[in-house]
Amino acid sequence: MNRRSFATTIAVAGLLGFVAAPGVVRAGGADAKSNVTLIKNATILTITHGNIEHGSILIRDGKIAEVGSDIKAPDGATVIDASGEFILPGIIDCHSHIAVSGDVNEGGAAVTSMVNIGDVLNSEDPAIYYDLAGGVTVANVLHGSANPIGGQTIVIKLRWGKPSSELPFEGALPGIKFALGENPKWSNYRPPPGYPQRYPVTRMGVEEIIRQAFTEAKEYKKQWDDYNRRKAAGEANLIPPRRDLKLDPLVEVLEGKRYIHCHSYRSDEILMLMRVSKEFGFKVRTFQHVLEGYKIADELAAYGVGASTFSDWWAYKMEAYDAIPYNSALMTERGVVVSVNSDDSEEARHLNQEAAKAIKYGGLSENDALKLVTLNPAIQLGIDNRVGSIDVGKDADLVIYNHDPLSVYAVAQKTLIDGTVYFDRDRDIAARPAREAEKKVLLEKEKNAREEEKKKAEEKRKTDEAKKKAEQEKATPPKDKGDDSGGAR
Amino acid sequence: MKSKSAGKLPWLFLAIILLPALLLSHAGRLRAEGGEPRYFAITNARVVPVSGPVLETGTVVIANGLIQSVGASVTIPPEAWVIDGKGLTVYPGLIDAGVDLGITKPEAPVTEARGRGRRRAGAPVPEHISMGPEDRPGTSPWIVASDDFNAADKRIESWREAGFTTALVLPEDAIIAGQGSLMDLNGERVSQMIVKYHAALRIGLHPETYGFPDSLMGVISYLRQVTDDTAWYDVAAPTYAARPNGIERPNVDRTEEIMSLILHRKEFVLFPANDLVEIPRAMRLAQEWNLHAAIYGGQQSYELADQIAAKKYQVIVNLKWPEGPKDPDPEDIPSLRVLRFRDRAPGSPAALAKAGVKFAFSSGGITDPKEIQKNVRKATAAGLSSDAALRAFTLDAAEILGVADRLGSIEPGKIANLVVADDDLFAEKTKVKHVFVDGRHFEVHEIEKPHKPGDGDKPGGSPEVSDDDPEVGR
Repeated sequence: MNRRSFATTIAVAGLLGFVAAPGVVRAGGADAKSNVTLIKNATILTITHGNIEHGSILIRDGKIAEVGSDIKAPDGATVIDASGEFILPGIIDCHSHIAVSGDVNEGGAAVTSMVNIGDVLNSEDPAIYYDLAGGVTVANVLHGSANPIGGQTIVIKLRWGKPSSELPFEGALPGIKFALGENPKWSNYRPPPGYPQRYPVTRMGVEEIIRQAFTEAKEYKKQWDDYNRRKAAGEANLIPPRRDLKLDPLVEVLEGKRYIHCHSYRSDEILMLMRVSKEFGFKVRTFQHVLEGYKIADELAAYGVGASTFSDWWAYKMEAYDAIPYNSALMTERGVVVSVNSDDSEEARHLNQEAAKAIKYGGLSENDALKLVTLNPAIQLGIDNRVGSIDVGKDADLVIYNHDPLSVYAVAQKTLIDGTVYFDRDRDIAARPAREAEKKVLLEKEKNAREEEKKKAEEKRKTDEAKKKAEQEKATPPKDKGDDSGGAR
Repeated sequence: MKSKSAGKLPWLFLAIILLPALLLSHAGRLRAEGGEPRYFAITNARVVPVSGPVLETGTVVIANGLIQSVGASVTIPPEAWVIDGKGLTVYPGLIDAGVDLGITKPEAPVTEARGRGRRRAGAPVPEHISMGPEDRPGTSPWIVASDDFNAADKRIESWREAGFTTALVLPEDAIIAGQGSLMDLNGERVSQMIVKYHAALRIGLHPETYGFPDSLMGVISYLRQVTDDTAWYDVAAPTYAARPNGIERPNVDRTEEIMSLILHRKEFVLFPANDLVEIPRAMRLAQEWNLHAAIYGGQQSYELADQIAAKKYQVIVNLKWPEGPKDPDPEDIPSLRVLRFRDRAPGSPAALAKAGVKFAFSSGGITDPKEIQKNVRKATAAGLSSDAALRAFTLDAAEILGVADRLGSIEPGKIANLVVADDDLFAEKTKVKHVFVDGRHFEVHEIEKPHKPGDGDKPGGSPEVSDDDPEVGR
């Protein structure tokens, strides 16, 4: 196995505003020794069955084995004393663009369902580590919103230090990004002079593109069904239909094997997609952003779609003018499963606080507020049987905070995924001086090499010059001193 | 296709046709030998055959472009031109497994980022903008590098004088760029230089500046669609040909026609991948698409050598090691990740050798051949034995490129590609004295002034990593 050494760590100076490079420390080491861990003396926010004071969680083989107030550590167990600390299920970010190599948008066509975020996962993106430092353990990594029908999406666990192939959340249904409104119609972007404007440029056009794509997908599915039937009947001399990577995922959507996560703002366009989906027989899994969701909360609840929104961003473009910070609370009250997402690697580091805003704006209960970033996104992504709460049998994806995570003083101390500590604040801080020292050594080494090069170049220049001068002098006998032949000065 | 080079070199071709005719009348022998000696013997030299043990004092006999014999005491043909090799060492000619020698590129306009859809400032709007995979963006598998090869490229001589006798010449980069040709750097006539016409298909992962695909994932999905389309064509074309009646005619697509000859491990493919993320991705995709591929780049192999070995991939290591700017901004301190990469990249060949991975070297974007030697020394300083370095430049490169039966070592019957140097080939003060390519003798008189960069030989991709975009070589 290619287990990169513990020393393989990564820093990006300045990004977090540290003078020193933030320590970015790989998982592994001590934690890997034992597959049984006990976290004790903590306030456990289970989300599903209340809070447990002075509680303990026993982790065995990456799963939560026991939750209670009186658990003894088995022999050989790693014990984490979390006295005075709080444990929350790992935060799930239902809208993320981290860990992607290259552009998150394939903007070259209006329908780009052939592209797949899963092909370009980037395990080396430091944002994975920064998200972990904010308590995030699962991210729904989405294609951008440049097209009515965008690329295929994937749910990952933030297993920092593992290769890209080990990031995907096993068994989570893949998704596809749809987008409505200003972004897919390129309202805020014009092609360079001389380049053609891409269709569509109106909301009507966006709807038409989606209808067209599903009409094609149905026809394509029919072709394949037809071909398979004729082949099964023993017909010879058949040419199979061409496999179309653009339409394959749309057929999966029609067959319920792939979730649609749809970027949306305005209530009218959200209602439009719900109508179109009923007509074509597919289902939208989540509306993302859904800033006007509060206007149509009853319709969303009746349709059974998840709503994944921002806490309090608004008015940053025309279609966001009607957004209000009460959105998540109002939709929750009407029975919509609501989550609060980041859409941004900085925002992702304090989703606990984003959730807390729904208490101030809208008066959600503390537990319902925490659900916005734990259990509810798990439900929306169809992974609530595995994550989203602290229950026996679920994955041990946990965050340990020094304060109540709804407090502005809360800072994540440790983040665990599958029972393994992937972020440890103490370890991070302890590793910083060594990293700084290493950096200094390497910078010094480069500087010396540069100076060596310069010296060599200078020497070469001098010898070349001397040679040239000697040749010149040989060719033309010196006339008079005083020209630029040197020496005279 | 051939007419292109003919058009460029009308005089040369005229000379080729007329000269032998003139000579024929009074000197038949000259016609056959082009006026050059065809027999050589390098005597009393140290011989490093690579395929076997070193001969401390031996003789190499060259006859009609091939190595006739090697040994401590071999018969020297009476007509041979004898070169006293005392104090000299004979090596097999070096192979540069990836270079743009002889390929002239159009002046690249400055790329300017401007919102979505980057474009080239000042560049004319292309006539055709790709809207999807069916438009076959950046795709030209029918291009063969040697068809457009300019034998008059001045750099060829500088490469030869540095000990290179053979080069995998690659076409200009694109998504499916075309075939690289293996060329012996032996002279003026392209047809005589070609060792292997189709030596390696070059693919690139560069998005288009406008239109589909404008992202890395778009490029990958496009390549996947091409492999699927080709598989379809392989079934559809013969089915239709056998009985067209009642079947809708399949499109005839040049890309599918040619890719059908390349895919399914039939021809060799260079898959660009340089770092920790790209290399495993490349191995995964090459397996998915059933390619006979080598990793092209491989500068972060020091982290992945065991994994590459386990998957049995070969690597062509780009010798243009990542470096910081010559005159860095003191305020702009790179991250530890970047510093480590710059520091450790030259350790990749040693790591590959240790893991038992077969690898060759490409000069990548290096413009001065002296830089190649210097960068090899960085690799040996990082733990690569000079034997292994030599092997990577000779026999292993020949094996990776499928020509080990004719190139890569000093053995009777192989092509007489040799370098004669006054010391260890990669040592700093060593001077190359003679170079033989296809048995043609090239004496190295004076080390030429290093060739100035900027003759259209820009590196394919910046090997720099940055905090904003940890990807390399995009």
